[in-house]
Amino acid sequence: MSDVHAQTVSYVRETMLPEAEPPVTERGAIKWLRENLFSSWLNAILTILSLFVIYYVLSHTLGWMLYGIWDAGSLTECRQIRNELYGEDASVACWAVLADRWDQLLFGFYPQDLYWRPVAALLVFFVAVSPILFEGVPRKLFYLTAAAPFICFWLIWGGTIWGPIVVALGFVIAGAIFRYGAEMVGPLLAIIGAFLVPILYWLLLAGPLTGMLNSIAPIGMQYVSSDEIGGFMLAFIIGITGIILSFPLGILLALGRQSDLFIINKTCVTFIEVIRGVPLIVWLFTASLLLNYFLPPGTNFDLLLRVIIMVTFFASAYMAEVIRGGLAALPRGQYEGADSLGLNYWQSMQLIILPQALKISIPGIVNTFIGLFKDTTLVVFVGLSDPIGFSNLIRATTDWNGIYWELFIFIGLCFFICCFSMSKYSQFLERKLRTEHR
Amino acid sequence: MKKSVLLGTLAIAGLAAGFASAQTLDEVQARGSLNCGVTTGLVGFAAPNASGEWEGFDVGLCRAVAAAVFGDATAVNFVPTTGQTRFTALASGEVDMLARNTTWTFSRDVDLRFEFVGINYYDGQGFMVPRELGVASAMELDGATVCIQTGTTTELNLADFFSSNGMSYEPVPIETNAEAQQQYLAGACDVYTTDASGLAATRATFEDPSAHVVLPEIISKEPLGPLVRHGDNEWGDIVRWTLNALIAAEELGITSANVAELASGTDNPEINRLLGTEGELGGMLGLSSDWAQNAIAAVGNYGQLFEDNIGESTPIGLSRGLNAQWTDGGLLYSPPFR
Repeated sequence: MSDVHAQTVSYVRETMLPEAEPPVTERGAIKWLRENLFSSWLNAILTILSLFVIYYVLSHTLGWMLYGIWDAGSLTECRQIRNELYGEDASVACWAVLADRWDQLLFGFYPQDLYWRPVAALLVFFVAVSPILFEGVPRKLFYLTAAAPFICFWLIWGGTIWGPIVVALGFVIAGAIFRYGAEMVGPLLAIIGAFLVPILYWLLLAGPLTGMLNSIAPIGMQYVSSDEIGGFMLAFIIGITGIILSFPLGILLALGRQSDLFIINKTCVTFIEVIRGVPLIVWLFTASLLLNYFLPPGTNFDLLLRVIIMVTFFASAYMAEVIRGGLAALPRGQYEGADSLGLNYWQSMQLIILPQALKISIPGIVNTFIGLFKDTTLVVFVGLSDPIGFSNLIRATTDWNGIYWELFIFIGLCFFICCFSMSKYSQFLERKLRTEHR
Repeated sequence: MKKSVLLGTLAIAGLAAGFASAQTLDEVQARGSLNCGVTTGLVGFAAPNASGEWEGFDVGLCRAVAAAVFGDATAVNFVPTTGQTRFTALASGEVDMLARNTTWTFSRDVDLRFEFVGINYYDGQGFMVPRELGVASAMELDGATVCIQTGTTTELNLADFFSSNGMSYEPVPIETNAEAQQQYLAGACDVYTTDASGLAATRATFEDPSAHVVLPEIISKEPLGPLVRHGDNEWGDIVRWTLNALIAAEELGITSANVAELASGTDNPEINRLLGTEGELGGMLGLSSDWAQNAIAAVGNYGQLFEDNIGESTPIGLSRGLNAQWTDGGLLYSPPFR
């Protein structure tokens, strides 16, 4: 019967044809180009225009950057080398300024033989934040996280080791009162005690205690004053301290603003509105100029410390509003659910409200962090030698006067790397915490 | 009520500041170092070198004062101050003296309550133009666009000069000298005006300095000098006479090279008095008798300081001009050490 079939439907093909390539316009790079770059006349024109702009920019900058001169002692020397290599008219970068002033751009006036200390402090910082940032890291590292601020402080400023230890002891005292005081004298007294006792201890006892311990066992390193800190080290110190301190402060302010307690509520609202309503540069000038008149003369209140406090306050006001947005986004049922479980205020905040509110606020929080980090360059106006300040100082030497773009490109690149990594991490965190069923 | 509290606080703060400022020398000696306010970088006058040590003409004066007080020219904390923060830093006691090429004016001396103790550089405002414009005199600048640093005395001088000569101009406000260089080179303005020393320093960094001319007119007096707080005359005397010692040293032929030799005694009684081998001049200031010797040994005399930092052997290449000794036709004239 098989031949019958063959005779009756002779046009039916029995074998499979080999797969043919799609038409040239429907595959590979050409397809991608047609779809993405030349899908219509308008898009084609825009594409060609953009290509021209990109070419124009790169043709003027790429050669300038790549042929740049790395090995020279001054701008004049750079120009001589350029004349020998490329001729008089060539326009090339003089990166030699970075090589020559690398140490200063990174560390400022910090003593050269002590550069390992800030580097070690940065390493300690990274190890200490790793358990906060990533889940896979051993939990025991949290002990280091608690100790890290004091270790970093000691590494950067040096001096006697007892200073940071005595200050840290204050926190231990506060923790102990908070933990055990509740059973002995009641929760309210314990909270008040946990605030008051350490403050009294720091004001009255800490100084003499440090002196006494130091005279018993003088352990310490060479002291480095804040004036000697500069360059990116300064930007990092202000930025990191500001970020770490403004986050908890911002949470407290946000909770305070939502609180029903009249005084706390109004204090927080006033703080946030006043700090946020005035430009940061005004606060920096206040810190550097106005405070000097009001403090008793001879008080050695570090300018760097004043600036850090102002930057922290400023960032925490913004942070408070960002987190308040997260709190407001939570449905009322979450608060009521927490209450119905019998949790008290702090438990419900810690276990139910804040984890969700903070997750919602991640983009805003990181936005504030990035803004804060970049704002550290404003300290140049109060005479601190941050990277921008140092670019002015470097330009003020006869060797490098007249150099401009190279320094700014380098500084911009460093800031970009830092801010971009923060942004990338926040995206990673958002993906990891995405629990909605979308 | 609130206002009176604020005023009261201000008055107390002011009183306390005035009280404290009476013992600057004691404070400096107790601290072991001099806090000297300098610029946040000005070519030739103050800038850190590659190893982080401050150098420059103004810096030299700070070092001389430190050498006079401590015998150690390195016992100085240099505090960079901006145009906005300099006076507050001095008034509040954050720095003991300012050597920050600050123009001595009536209102700064009287109204702001500072004490200018002398003049270490006689400057004046000038103009720089590209040679191709073919301008030979500032009188030909009618209608020009002018790059000008905001918030300085130069801005006011410029307005005075143009209006008194019946000319018009279009200002291009800029913040820093570095920005001015870029704007001027990019052609954003026809003219750049600032102190003549600054113009020379800026021009020296150009690819082709000969393509730009500094016009002959100097339109203002800019006597730059160190200043201290009002009311502490003992400290003011120390800074004033350290500056005078450097100037007198040049007149008397004392250099950092021969100061040690001359300090062992000479036939010239004025040199002897200055270097402390005769008389008690150091003791009157509250310093050791070899104060001037230390200052000169540390930074050299005025002429050496000038030549090392801004003189004709440096890229800035300023000539002495008004800053020559009075014996050479300049304005430097130290009162006698007697």
